[in-house]
Amino acid sequence: MATTSAIPTGPLQTSGVTPDDARPRPKKSDRRFQTPADVVVFIVLCLGAFTMLLPLAWMLSTSLKTQENVFTLPPQWIPDPAQWGNYLRIWEAGPLLTGIINSSIVSLTVITIGTITSCFAAYGFAKMRIPGKNGIFLALLGGIMIPFPALMIPTFMLFSKIGWVDTLLPLIVPGLFGNLMMVFFLRQYLMSVPDSLIEAAVIDGATHPQIFSRIVLPLIRPAIAAQVILWFMGTWNDYLGPIIYLNSENVHTLQLVIANFNATYAVQTDYPLIMAASIVALLPVLVVFLVFQRQIIESIALTGNKA
Amino acid sequence: MSATTATSSTSPPMSSPLPAETRRPGHIHRPERVWGRIFIAPPVIGFALFALAPLIFSFYAAFTHWNGLSAPLFSGLANFRTMAGDPQFWQSLGNTLFLMLGVPLGLAISLALALALNRRIPGRAAFRVIYYLPGVSSVAAISILWQWALNGDFGLVNQLLATVGIEGPNWLAEKMWVKPALIIMGVWKGIGFSTLLYLAALQSVPRTLLEAAMLDGAGAWLRFRHVTLPMLSPVTFFLVVTGIIGSAQMFAEINIMTPTGGPEFGSATIVWYIWQQGFQNLQLGYATAMSLVLGLMIFLVTAIQFYLNSRNVFTVE
Repeated sequence: MATTSAIPTGPLQTSGVTPDDARPRPKKSDRRFQTPADVVVFIVLCLGAFTMLLPLAWMLSTSLKTQENVFTLPPQWIPDPAQWGNYLRIWEAGPLLTGIINSSIVSLTVITIGTITSCFAAYGFAKMRIPGKNGIFLALLGGIMIPFPALMIPTFMLFSKIGWVDTLLPLIVPGLFGNLMMVFFLRQYLMSVPDSLIEAAVIDGATHPQIFSRIVLPLIRPAIAAQVILWFMGTWNDYLGPIIYLNSENVHTLQLVIANFNATYAVQTDYPLIMAASIVALLPVLVVFLVFQRQIIESIALTGNKA
Repeated sequence: MSATTATSSTSPPMSSPLPAETRRPGHIHRPERVWGRIFIAPPVIGFALFALAPLIFSFYAAFTHWNGLSAPLFSGLANFRTMAGDPQFWQSLGNTLFLMLGVPLGLAISLALALALNRRIPGRAAFRVIYYLPGVSSVAAISILWQWALNGDFGLVNQLLATVGIEGPNWLAEKMWVKPALIIMGVWKGIGFSTLLYLAALQSVPRTLLEAAMLDGAGAWLRFRHVTLPMLSPVTFFLVVTGIIGSAQMFAEINIMTPTGGPEFGSATIVWYIWQQGFQNLQLGYATAMSLVLGLMIFLVTAIQFYLNSRNVFTVE
C-alpha cells in the first residue's frame, strides 16, 4: 500500500480494474457511472441479463396458460387470466410428490453423512501424520478424473448383483463414503490452518476426534457450507444415476418424474402442465441459490483460484 | 517430539516449533496414525468399491460378449472390431466432438462478460446472480424448457426470430440445426459459471503489474493482451479441461430433448449411445468397451492439457 500511495491513486482507482480489497461489498461509488463507456457496458449487460432470463420467463408464462392459449400467435406473454390451477393439476397428473420425497431422501442422507465423512478425511489428509497419505491422496485425485459414464455399466452390475437396482440405495450409498471434490477443497482450506494449533492441543492431551470437533470444525465451517450447497444442487439435479437405477414410479426422483411428464404430456401438447411441473422441480434449488448466492459465488471464485 | 518424526516426509512442510524433550514419540503419534487411518478410510473404501473395482471389471467385460442375463463370454477383440465398423459409434463420437465447439464459444463470451463485470458499474451482484441462474438449474427442467422453446412453430426462439423477419428452422427435427441448437442451450447454461471464475481471476491480477505496464506506455489492448490474458491462463486451462470433460459426458439434454438420438442420429452423443446399447439393447460387453474408449479419451485429453499447461503456466496445483 505504501508503494501505491506515492502514485496519485484517486483517478487510477476509479478507472478499469477494481482493487482486490474493494471486492466483497460494492462501495457507494459503484452506484454511479464513472465514464460513458461504463454506461454502454451496463446497457450491454442488461441486454445479456434479459436474454438469460427470457427462457425462464417463457417457462413461467407458459405454465400459467391454458392448453390452447399456448398456440396463439403472436405469443401472449402475460396470460389473461393466469391459470394458477395448472399448479394444482400437476399433483394429480403424476407422482410429483413421490418424486420430491425421494429426491429429498437421497439428497439429505447423502449430504448429511457424506459431509461428515468428507470433513474427517480432509482433516486427515491435511493435518495428520499417516504413512503414505500423499500417495493415497494422489490416487483419489486420479479417481476424480474417471467420469461416471465410463463406469456406469460395471457399477450398475455391481448393484444389480446385490439386489439394489430399483431402490434408492445405489444413489445413496456411494455418497456416504464422502465426496472427493469436497475432500479436496476442504483439504486445501485446512492447509492454511497452522500446525501449531493442532499440536498444542495434542500436547494438552486432546484426542483427535476432540481436536476435530472443537478446533478444526469451527475453522472450516464457511468452506463446508459452500461445498454442501454445491453438492446439494448436484445431487438434487442428478439425472443419469436415477435413470439407470430406477424403474418403478414409486422410487423415481423428481428429475425422472418431470422427464416422464415431458414424455407423456408433450404428446397431448399439454405444455402448461409440463412447464408447471418443471418449475416446481427447479424451485428448491433456485431458492437455495438465491438465499446463499453470496457463499456460492465466493466458493466458486475460490474454486477458480485453487485451479 | 523427536527430530526424526518432525522432519519425516509425510509431515506438512512447516517444521514443528515444539520442544523435543516433552513426550516420547510413540505416545503421541500412535493414536494419530490410528485416528488418521480411520478418518481417511471412508473415501478410500468408497473409491475402491465404486471406482477402482468397476474400472478393473471394465477391462475384463470389454473383451466379452455379455447380455447381463448370462455370464460374460470371452470374445477377444470382437467388441473393438464391431466398434471400428459401427457407423453409429463414429457418428455419436463426431456429434460429441461437434458439441464441444460450445466450449471455446462459451469461454469467449464469459471472458467478455467478466471484463464487463469487472468495471465499476451498478448492479454487479445482481448481474452475477442472473447470469449464473441457468447454471444452478436442473438439467432435466432446462432441457424440457428448451425443447419447448425450440419448437418449430410456437417456440420462443422462432417467435423472436420472426419479429426480425427470419423464419427459424424446426431446430430439434433437422439434422443441420439440432447440434447448433444444443450448443446455444449449453452456452446459455454454462457461461455463468465460467464468468464467475474469470471474474475472480481478473480481480486477483495484481494492480501493480497493470500500473507498471501503463507507465511503460502500454494501451488498454496491450495491457489486456500481455498482462491480463497470461494471468488468466490457469483459469482458462481449468475451464477448457472441465468443459471438454463435461461435454464428453452430455446425456440428459440428449435423452430428454431428442429421445431417439435426434434426426438421422444427429444429436446422439457417445454417452447416450453407450447408455442405449447397454441398457436398452443389453449389449453390455460392447457398451463397456465403448465406455473404456471414452474413459481413455478423457484421460488423454486431461493428460495432454496438463502437459501443455505445465510448460506455459506458472501456477497449477
